[in-house]
Amino acid sequence: MFAYIIRRVLGAIPTMFILIALAFFLIRAAPGGPFDTEKKLSPEIQMNLDRIYHLDESLLHQFARYLWNIVRGDFGPSFQYQDYTVNELIRSGFPVSLQLGLTAMTIAVFIGCSIGVFSAMKQNSFLDHGLMSAAMLGIAIPNFVLAPLLILLFAVNLDWFPAGGWNGGLLSHRILPVICLALPQLAYIARLMRGSMIEVLGSQYILTARAKGLSNTTIILRHALPPALLPVLSYFGPAVAAIITGSVIIEQIFGLPGVGRYFVQGALNRDYTLVMGIVIFYGTLIIGFNLIVDVLYGVIDPKVRFH
Amino acid sequence: MKSLTNLKKNTFYYLGLVFLLISCSSEESYENKQVSSHAGQNISQSVDQVFRKGNGAEPQTLDPHKAEGVPSSNILRDLYEGLITEAPDGSLMPGAAKKWEISPSGTVYTFQLREQAKWSNGEPLTAQDFVYSFRRSVDPATGSKYSQILSSILNTEDIIKGEKPSESLGVKDLSKYRLEITLKAPTPYFLGLLTHSTTYPVYEPAVEKYAGKFARPGNLVSNGAYRLDEWVVQSHITLQRNPDYWNDSETTINKVTYYVIEDQSSELRRYRAGEIDWTETIPLGETAWIHQNLADELKISPYLGTYYYGFNLTKPPFKDNRALRAALSMAIDREIIAEKISGLGEIPAYGWVPPGVMNYTPQRFNFRSMEKQQRLAEAKRLYGKAGYSEENPLNIELRYNTSENHRKVAVAVAAMWKKTLGLSTELVNEEWKVFLKNRKQKQVTQVFRAGWIGDYNDAYTFAELMYSSHGINDVGYQNPHYDQLLAKASLEKQQDKRRLLLEEAERVLLSEHPIIPIFFYVSKSLVKPYVSGFVGNIMDHHHTKHLRILDH
Repeated sequence: MFAYIIRRVLGAIPTMFILIALAFFLIRAAPGGPFDTEKKLSPEIQMNLDRIYHLDESLLHQFARYLWNIVRGDFGPSFQYQDYTVNELIRSGFPVSLQLGLTAMTIAVFIGCSIGVFSAMKQNSFLDHGLMSAAMLGIAIPNFVLAPLLILLFAVNLDWFPAGGWNGGLLSHRILPVICLALPQLAYIARLMRGSMIEVLGSQYILTARAKGLSNTTIILRHALPPALLPVLSYFGPAVAAIITGSVIIEQIFGLPGVGRYFVQGALNRDYTLVMGIVIFYGTLIIGFNLIVDVLYGVIDPKVRFH
Repeated sequence: MKSLTNLKKNTFYYLGLVFLLISCSSEESYENKQVSSHAGQNISQSVDQVFRKGNGAEPQTLDPHKAEGVPSSNILRDLYEGLITEAPDGSLMPGAAKKWEISPSGTVYTFQLREQAKWSNGEPLTAQDFVYSFRRSVDPATGSKYSQILSSILNTEDIIKGEKPSESLGVKDLSKYRLEITLKAPTPYFLGLLTHSTTYPVYEPAVEKYAGKFARPGNLVSNGAYRLDEWVVQSHITLQRNPDYWNDSETTINKVTYYVIEDQSSELRRYRAGEIDWTETIPLGETAWIHQNLADELKISPYLGTYYYGFNLTKPPFKDNRALRAALSMAIDREIIAEKISGLGEIPAYGWVPPGVMNYTPQRFNFRSMEKQQRLAEAKRLYGKAGYSEENPLNIELRYNTSENHRKVAVAVAAMWKKTLGLSTELVNEEWKVFLKNRKQKQVTQVFRAGWIGDYNDAYTFAELMYSSHGINDVGYQNPHYDQLLAKASLEKQQDKRRLLLEEAERVLLSEHPIIPIFFYVSKSLVKPYVSGFVGNIMDHHHTKHLRILDH
């Protein structure tokens, strides 16, 4: 398995290179540059700025310079937020996004799986239909609709939670954003879990287990759950990506100092270094998560062998 | 009573300034005179003097020489003080300089600095600090985007080009507290420029020690009423009262927090939840709701800006086709757009320079006085004269940057053109940077949206935009007569003559219809009733030191 992990990590290098190259040239191909605003700069000032930020060099030269900097772990200075480097911005924003994302993901997995298993056991009952309809609603309502509704209800009208801000990560500031992030994933996972659980419960070996006289709890937890979890596990990769993109919106609406906001702001401002930094960062994150999922797959499913 | 006292004092400063500009060598001193907007109100001891303000996007930097954009400027205004500062109503008053003299030629300004003025670490603020700061501001190595604003100072342009060293700048210290600034030509609005952040002093030891990181909490030393306490990127910036500020006894608010909230609807929700006291703006979609529920807290004031459409004058059909341009301009009912589309008291624009600009009478289109029917008939006639008719209509593209508000205006304008002239318009929206690029290149544009916010309170900041070689002349307007009038105005040191030249230039511009002014902007905020001291002003500049929190 160790060799497998090494191979996968090495295999990620060309993927990352392609990602970096694509992002690098695409963002520069987009019309307009970091210093274009409604108030135009005089040519002399534009030249001075280009020199300071090395934009006067050829594209290939810039690319080489950029690659060399990345190898040394330096994402460069932000064009837009001039008092900070991209490394600093990611370092300050990532803990916020990570905490939000992990909490949301944990809640989504635990509650989602529980609801799924529960629904599967009470298949076609009134409760099952009720839960699954609620889940359908959860998937259908996008979080940019959900978030303002929750804020109006719980912050403006009831005054239970603040309407926005992070405030050093106070619990009251986290609750609404986490709910908004977790809900669509929770709903999806619940439906996924229910489906796969029903399938597993119908298989022959579960019948055997019942014939042996095992208790219902043992059957569900020991024999049915691990194989039923596999589809949920493989959804983990896309879910992490969805939570990341979801947090871009949630961070904006709640005014949270996470890393997702930089993605949008950076792209709109043509903040080349910032966008590149975040693309690389997210890219690494997603590749890393997929690797973890694949390894976990092998741990849970004895049919999977690492080659 | 309150407003009356204000009015009197403001008038006093305004007149004082005019007097100063005209006499050119005034010894008039404003020392120790304060403008207070709280007359008759008791200072409350029972509430925390803490002020929380929505501030739009994340400020790009707190380095005053690199800063641009409203979010940075708002904060810098509290952190620093230039030679000149502003009263609550935006009129000019002495800042770090207590008085000044202007030479008879109008090109040499001598400032006497306040001896009690200090940096936030207690060190004295000297003329040498200003010399260092002005030089740094124009030095190409600093990478300032706004150093053009100092181009009226001797040698600025050559320094920016790298042809002269920054030491050759026309700024020198005569003594510890006397500063001399030499201009390349008389610039009547120069004192107004000295409120801009590119002229703020920076603390040399901190800049030299921390370089790019000097504008951070712990490193930043400033000379304004507040000092930097905390900066959480994408969340908030907190400033604390600066006890070393020379006029600290007049400050009431102890702590101010600027929140980063780009989304206008989020800002409104946080305002309603009582988390901020002052919003940066309001979401236009909620205008009706706000009028109904928060009318008393809505503050709307005229703003130094014009919303307009430009014609691409370098390509057909608008090249050399004055009649067509005039027809399109006259066919737009500006009242309807100002009232129905945005509905926040925007002023229909029949000219280029907004009302309220100092020492200037804005010029207006001749057709303004026509009856609506007569105006539309004239528009039709001109359209026909340009060679188009119902049977042979013109097809054009109207380009704007993607935004719900711009779309609404464009749809209305297209409908008016269709109805009056039978013209068919294709609406094209583009992402901001793409839009800017297209506008600048003048290849694909025909009619495009634009807006201009004045950099300083003078008609020249509008007039220069249409100068043939100006960088943002995106319509491609070229008129030697217009250029000549501007050139003359920039050398004219007599306020009255200069004003006439600029007014004539605007008349020339309007008669040629290179642009369609649509409305003059307003600034709009929600302010909690317990925040005292809000005075609307045309620059939309507000200093926290003029505010106070009342009992609530």
